[in-house]
Amino acid sequence: MLQGIAFYLLAAVAVVGGLMVVTAKNPVHSVLWLILTFFSSAGLFVLLGAEFLAMLLVVVYVGAVAVLFLFVVMMLDVDFVRLREGYARYLPLAAIVAGVLLAEMIMISLVVVNGGAASDAVAPATAVDMTNAEAIGRVLYTDYVYIFQAAGIVLLIAMIGAIVLTLRHKPNIKRQKAHDQVNRDRKTAVEVKGAATGEGVTAEDLI
Amino acid sequence: MDFWTTPLGWTLATAGGILLVTVGILISLAFLLLADRKIWAGVQMRKGPNVVGPFGLLQSFADFFKFVLKEIVVPAGADKVIFLLAPLLTFVLAFIAWAAIPFAPGWVISDLNVGILYIFAISSLGVYGIIMGGWASNSKYPFLGSLRSAAQMVSYEVSIGLVIINVILLSDTMNLTQIVTQQGGWIWNWFAFGGGLETLPTIVVMFPMSIIFFISALAETNRPPFDLPEAESELVAGYQVEYSSTPYLLFMIGEYANIVFMCAMISLLFFGGWHPGFPTDFLNDWPEFLANLFYFFVFFAKIIFWFAMIAMVKAFVPRYRYDQLMRLGWKIFLPTSLVAVVIVSAWRVFAVGA
Repeated sequence: MLQGIAFYLLAAVAVVGGLMVVTAKNPVHSVLWLILTFFSSAGLFVLLGAEFLAMLLVVVYVGAVAVLFLFVVMMLDVDFVRLREGYARYLPLAAIVAGVLLAEMIMISLVVVNGGAASDAVAPATAVDMTNAEAIGRVLYTDYVYIFQAAGIVLLIAMIGAIVLTLRHKPNIKRQKAHDQVNRDRKTAVEVKGAATGEGVTAEDLI
Repeated sequence: MDFWTTPLGWTLATAGGILLVTVGILISLAFLLLADRKIWAGVQMRKGPNVVGPFGLLQSFADFFKFVLKEIVVPAGADKVIFLLAPLLTFVLAFIAWAAIPFAPGWVISDLNVGILYIFAISSLGVYGIIMGGWASNSKYPFLGSLRSAAQMVSYEVSIGLVIINVILLSDTMNLTQIVTQQGGWIWNWFAFGGGLETLPTIVVMFPMSIIFFISALAETNRPPFDLPEAESELVAGYQVEYSSTPYLLFMIGEYANIVFMCAMISLLFFGGWHPGFPTDFLNDWPEFLANLFYFFVFFAKIIFWFAMIAMVKAFVPRYRYDQLMRLGWKIFLPTSLVAVVIVSAWRVFAVGA
């Protein structure tokens, strides 16, 4: 009974959250609703007994990806009135995209119900007492280790690409050099200039 | 059928447990907050709060009433719902993380088998309270504070995650109760010292890891020397500028609950949790409740020790500059903990007896 209550609560929150992502007027509110949707989906994963995936969903998507999302959206300088104006113009295109997506979703669910393309594939063998973190680890790091590593390399390349595209070393800029700054000593940092008593110094003498 | 296994009984028992933990933490927080100020004062040779009650013991309660009785000011241009939601979120997230913390053998609200991940997930959500509060204030200083905070917390979460992976590798489990149980017996069984005599060589990695965890915990909870999100000399009070009265109080309680939580984490993961560091065979003759109470007090003492350390860091160390903070996180902690993960996994695969 408790499971049923939890399921309907989480599912309802996820659906309402998803709806609000699209309909909210303020983009920041949209992102916050999106976060709520992620969170409820994580709850649904827990109910399915996939607690490892649920926690990863929260750590990766809610804790990192959505934070960056929010970060960017908050700094956008959006004129909401102008945003409304484009609404009618993009509506047909949006409707087509949404229609295609809906059709695909329905197809996928039908295929899943009928067993689908993977129906003749052998399910990975898992022991009964294995925790699902262990089961996922076994599948990822033994059965599919090459594909998994390849995915990692693709991500690494994407990261390096982003750095290459954005990193500019401007000349004539003072940079922090922690090592040099910490290792400065009296010998290199201080120079004692002699000044005769009673004659005073001018700025030129000190250079 | 036993009443406590029916859905109603289970709900009642869990709710009671949650209430007990929450109230317990809130009351301890009142005194830990005072301890924080007293330690800070002691380092600076001041007396600290000493007016309300004996030794100023009731100071936190006086502060509480002061905060609650003041007017809640919501800025005119603020996003009202998010503005008030942010401190609530901080407060709630700081407390739900305690659900997976085992206080003594069996004294845990939810003994999850992905306990560490759950805690990591919840603490990664903590940034939302701050970022939402800073944005909803519709003011420049809070916004700058929240941006700083978001970048800082996301950066240090990475190294915390990698440090935790070391512990998971050594202990072979993500369940906190089991992690603590493995650290029973003598003091060298604690993971800070490598987790047992057979794996003693890993002390070379694990002890520095516990220090990295401690420093990252400071950054994660926005404590000095990493309190840049609320740096008063630069940003007035960072994301808290526009907050007053109870919302501010919620922010502050949430922040302190997070600090104490991090103290609990470092005790559980590296310093034996409820184990006192010597074999506790003499407890076998005690009734279970008394034995658990003994363990609970050991755990509590460790939390207080780490809290005192964090409070002293606040008094000793000047604030970091932002680029220094980022350099420490990304260029020093991240590579170090990554290398540590490689070494510990290599140890687990190749070492004899591990």
